Amino acid sequence: MAGKPMLHYFNGRGRMESTRWLLAAAGVEFEEKFIETAEDLDKLRNDGSLMFQQVPMVEIDGLKLAQTRAILNYIASKYNLYGKDIKERALIDMYSEGVADLGEMVLLLSITPPGEKEAKIAQIKERTLNRYFPAFEKVLKSHGQDYLVGNKLSRADIHLVELLYYVEELDSSLIANFPLLKALKARVSSFPMVKKFLQPGSQRKPPLDEESLEKARKIFKLK
Amino acid sequence: MGSRPKLHYLNGRGRMESVRWLLAAAGVEFDEEFLETREQLQNLKNGNHLLFQQVPMVEMDGMKLVQTRSILHYIAEKHRLFGNNLKEKTLIDMYVEGILDLLEMIIMHPFSKPEDQPKEVVNMTEKAVSRYFPVFEKILKDHGQTFLVGNQLSLADVILLQTISALEEKTPNILSAFPHLQGFSKKISNVPTIKKFLEPGSKKKPPPDDAYVKNVYAIFAP
Repeated sequence: MAGKPMLHYFNGRGRMESTRWLLAAAGVEFEEKFIETAEDLDKLRNDGSLMFQQVPMVEIDGLKLAQTRAILNYIASKYNLYGKDIKERALIDMYSEGVADLGEMVLLLSITPPGEKEAKIAQIKERTLNRYFPAFEKVLKSHGQDYLVGNKLSRADIHLVELLYYVEELDSSLIANFPLLKALKARVSSFPMVKKFLQPGSQRKPPLDEESLEKARKIFKLK
Repeated sequence: MGSRPKLHYLNGRGRMESVRWLLAAAGVEFDEEFLETREQLQNLKNGNHLLFQQVPMVEMDGMKLVQTRSILHYIAEKHRLFGNNLKEKTLIDMYVEGILDLLEMIIMHPFSKPEDQPKEVVNMTEKAVSRYFPVFEKILKDHGQTFLVGNQLSLADVILLQTISALEEKTPNILSAFPHLQGFSKKISNVPTIKKFLEPGSKKKPPPDDAYVKNVYAIFAP
């Protein structure tokens, strides 16, 4: 079953972007079918393609995978980005979940009402500087290796570097005192497939603009 | 292999309850150190025992595991409750992630405003019966087996049973339209390790009450 993975989502970052990054970093070409209207989403639902009536959904290897983490776990396992044994997997999971927690705060920022945005941004910055960046900097310092786990690139590094780009978009000064994070970002960004993904014209999605946000609200029936 | 796992959390369900269910189902005896004061939490943080300054944290096999999913995955894989191959593991993952979305509503419920709570119960019941239960009813009906995946007990069965039990506490007849889930619930409850966990005197925690909520705010509020 040799076809490329097919990603079903709207044309924006949302909960699919971490999958796009992971596939790109793994050197896997993929296709996308964008949901443009609420009717498109209903069609997928009526087809029985969405296990819990939700997207992201990724068609890969004859499976219709739902749930972001299940999708990421599958891809990471398939492309050897999930450690070599159960203990490495535990570390990779912990680091990935920490990244996901901060990433979730950034994700929800786009649908935060304007009046609450400033407070949320302040909270993200505080968590970044006091909780997450120090934790990952410490991991890298503790073993002095190039990657978070097992001296080898894993999904944890890719998820973290993706997050570093979002944090940079929010405030480029936040990473200033974290030299090992800066080095990891530079290292992973220099891989040919990642470098290509970072260039204009790739499948990497930009931050949500007003028009795309309106479209997403209509598709997902958000208030 | 060494000593028993040690769970660090409050004396209540919260995000640790799934871990208790899973360890019990796996037949693993464990110890608990209950957080009762802000000082205890601060000591854990200051001692660098919490990777992201948060609980749950489980000490096991020389590690200080944090993040609920990481803990569940480790225990599941170690105790052969995570399928026999990548495809089974992936199905278990999908099912668990869906159920955890539902369980999240249950976990957060005690912390919403009292006047909002009845409406939330209606909402989570509606989500359960319209989005989640039909999926698992169909899976069980289609393969006719006792367990959700691979004809053996897995993390998915345990988390589903946990969630059904919690919902039944609020809406007793919630499974009335789902005969296969009713059968599932009975059968999984009778797995010897799980049956033991469901008996009085086990480490299963009671439903969250006002005292629990007060305690959470006292210990965790900034």
